[in-house]
Amino acid sequence: MKVLVCVKQTFDTEAKIELKDGKIADAGINLIINPYDEVAVEGGIQLKEKKVVDEVVVLSAGSDKAMDAIRTALAMGADRGILIKQDTGADEYARAIALAAAIKEENPDIILAGHVAADDGSSQVPTRIAEILGLPHINVITNVEIADGKATCTCEADGGTLVAEVALPAVISSQVSWNEPRYPSMKGIMQAKKKPVTTADAVAADNKVKIIEFAMPPAKQAGVKIDDEPDVCAAKLADWMLNTVKIEVK
Amino acid sequence: MAGTWVIVEQRDGNIRKVTYEMLSEAKKIGDEVSAVVFGKSVEGMASEFAKYGADKVYAVEGDVFAEYNTGAYVAQLAAMIAEYSPNAVLFAHTFNGRDFASRLAQKLEAGLATDAIAVELSAGRGVFTRAIYAGKAIAKVEVTTNPVLATIRAGVMEVAESAGAGAVVKPAIAATAGDVYQNIKSFVPTVSARPDLTEAETVVSGGRGCKGPDGIKIVETLADLLGAAVGGSRASIDSGWLGHELQVGQTGKVVCPNLYIAAGISGAIQHLAGMSSSKFIAAINTDPEAPIFNVSDFGVVADLFKVIPTLCTELKK
Repeated sequence: MKVLVCVKQTFDTEAKIELKDGKIADAGINLIINPYDEVAVEGGIQLKEKKVVDEVVVLSAGSDKAMDAIRTALAMGADRGILIKQDTGADEYARAIALAAAIKEENPDIILAGHVAADDGSSQVPTRIAEILGLPHINVITNVEIADGKATCTCEADGGTLVAEVALPAVISSQVSWNEPRYPSMKGIMQAKKKPVTTADAVAADNKVKIIEFAMPPAKQAGVKIDDEPDVCAAKLADWMLNTVKIEVK
Repeated sequence: MAGTWVIVEQRDGNIRKVTYEMLSEAKKIGDEVSAVVFGKSVEGMASEFAKYGADKVYAVEGDVFAEYNTGAYVAQLAAMIAEYSPNAVLFAHTFNGRDFASRLAQKLEAGLATDAIAVELSAGRGVFTRAIYAGKAIAKVEVTTNPVLATIRAGVMEVAESAGAGAVVKPAIAATAGDVYQNIKSFVPTVSARPDLTEAETVVSGGRGCKGPDGIKIVETLADLLGAAVGGSRASIDSGWLGHELQVGQTGKVVCPNLYIAAGISGAIQHLAGMSSSKFIAAINTDPEAPIFNVSDFGVVADLFKVIPTLCTELKK
């Protein structure tokens, strides 16, 4: 069996966001694998370690810089990579089309991805890929068991926990609590340099949404700050909660 | 064209508040507003949606819809969109809502704006404001396909009652058991007397300053006094003091309650992204330089172990 993991390169989640010429400024920003995708990479590698799958392929669509994200995944333990060169302005539809085309050629048994990207927060691409490929999908998993051509997944759901089963091949998207991604070892980093990565251009697809503008959120003004004895602080905070916020105490 | 559709979020008849938020927002557009509700037997809920302005209620009933499953729901909604041609379809940005909307959007080869915090709809044109980088920046996006599809963040839009006719429509059922590809083995509801983190009026969160489960207990005591949800920063989640589903921040939940109380949270940019759009923010931290104070309406430089128990006593007076 083969697992293919989709990874997106994103800004470090600690990055400060600024605008330059009406766009999100990317100069000097540390780039990482989207944390939700990193969990999917780890999940794929663990499936190989458990001998559930024989091969872990990592796929990314983006600029040449995304090669770093692929190399990081290879250093963690993935076997080979595919970089689909695509304009970073592609929307969720266009990205899903490009990724699905590459996945179709690979014909994997399991397709993993993070359920959301930490940059655009869209939560669309894995589900769109499944629809394009006509495959079952299951989202926001915190665990998966593979047996008898089926994936049984535990998922974070609205107001509870769900256990659901899909037949393979299937698209499965990960929640960050699934596992703790490993750091690449020095040996892994050295090996990653020799692992094969193929590149191809993205299949052309028109965007279905248009960015009108980027803006910064309204700056929150700092209010009162008191530094006093705990009892005084508590009394003043209680007064503010009751009279300004007008909370109700149960 | 048949106005704006709101997809109802419910489980076993418990309707999520975001449904009413979406209906109230849809009513502002001026077009006909319809609630679309899926379930085994849901017609009886129609009056609930009429109270918030639903002119029509599409009751989509059948065993195959008893529990949310992507395949059957998408097949059915796609058929209804082809038949009735709504201008816009709004979903809740819940786990189910985003799953449903994404697969439907791709089936229709359409655009979708997820997690919208503001809606501008007119004459079939839909422009949505989205928080990106978990709220560190804002993007305005136009969905250029029809119908206009979006998922809406809970807790952002005001609920306003307004009488609608609530006329029940029973659409033709297009989905069959063959459309179901996810076999739901079990659903275990979270056993908690506390409200859902993303829907709560008040959230009390604990961070590194809680120092351990004892500090978290103090946070929970305050939360229960306020009928609030409990959340945590990455530090308290990574330390195992709280479950991951309670993490507030860029790799957790984004919340916008009326009041957010940060106890022992320094305010890493990761965390601020998840809570700084709350209406009121209070912070308790021993470090006067903690960045959390930069976004707080009311900051207290003190030890949470001393302040919160006294605060509870004061609030009970």
